[in-house]
Amino acid sequence: MARVIVTTSGKGGVGKTTSTANIAAALARFGKKVVAVDADVGLRNLDVIMGLENRVVYNFIDVIEKVCKLNQALVKDKRVPGLYLLPAAQTRTKDAVTPEQMIALCEELKPEFDFILLDCPAGIEGGFKNAAAGADEALVVTTPEIPSVRDADRIIGMLESMGKSPIRLIINRLRPNMVQDGDMLAKDDILDVLSIDLIGVVPEDENVIRSTNNGEPMTMSLDSPAAQAYLNIAERLLGRDVPLMDLESYATRGFLSRLKKFFKGKKK
Amino acid sequence: MDFLKRLFGSGNEGSRGKAKDRLKIVLIHDRTDISPQLLDSLRSEIIGVLTKYMDIDTQKIEIDLDHDEHEVALVANVPVLRIKRGKVDVDKE
Repeated sequence: MARVIVTTSGKGGVGKTTSTANIAAALARFGKKVVAVDADVGLRNLDVIMGLENRVVYNFIDVIEKVCKLNQALVKDKRVPGLYLLPAAQTRTKDAVTPEQMIALCEELKPEFDFILLDCPAGIEGGFKNAAAGADEALVVTTPEIPSVRDADRIIGMLESMGKSPIRLIINRLRPNMVQDGDMLAKDDILDVLSIDLIGVVPEDENVIRSTNNGEPMTMSLDSPAAQAYLNIAERLLGRDVPLMDLESYATRGFLSRLKKFFKGKKK
Repeated sequence: MDFLKRLFGSGNEGSRGKAKDRLKIVLIHDRTDISPQLLDSLRSEIIGVLTKYMDIDTQKIEIDLDHDEHEVALVANVPVLRIKRGKVDVDKE
């Protein structure tokens, strides 16, 4: 029976879909059978991030409305064995689904998979509630910025009251250089205020944009800091004890660059 | 001294500390935000408990959350008309 995990954040644009795609691909690489479900009805993007947009025929609303069978709507990723996408409908709205239908859909998927990852829309309204309804566990994505951490706090409260457990935090787009220079919230600053377990820190990485352009999740092939971070998160989901990456080493900056920054700063 | 700190990369004088302080305060307020419905039901339950012990002027009760910058307090102003003496046996409750 599959574990059902919702990826959510409250705030938009913090990396929910990228995280879902990369963790799904990583879990599949570790030999698990995984389906990534795009629960963002009307604004679907998981298909594009995974590079499967040309293979979408049906979507999960078609399954709910019995237009097609579940197996017809599942898109099999041919690059990694065991990886599937269940797309959202693009021409429908969030209220085309009810929480009960979402739960029923997850129940139908459970016997077929090891992991069901639900990519949740931004916001705290119906779309979030639908996606969260079907899940047992939750991953909350935040960036090291006040608006994003604030919204994460709100979402964590809602997930707790819905009884989701465990709820774990992904800190995304951290810039070790800026943390070291005292210009960005550090991992511990965020954990201090959110009081929630951390499952991984993903450093800011240009390869995220490259992989989105290419339609290939980084964890499929790329060896990059963000890819490594997502592979580690997948391993931790599997219960393995993986130490946090040494992000400080990405921040090592010489005396010269500090000198440069110092003189740049002085001109202001 | 400050320029030496910046040059040698020590010290925490950037915007990080300010971000953390602002974040903490925002969360204190967000977490204690209460809906009017919840405040109404709290109010009527508090009145229920208090009237077991005393006669109070229910029209003039003020119950609200008082926010200042670093903390939030529940402030209740309840005009008491008369204490009910000997009528309530708390131990038996």
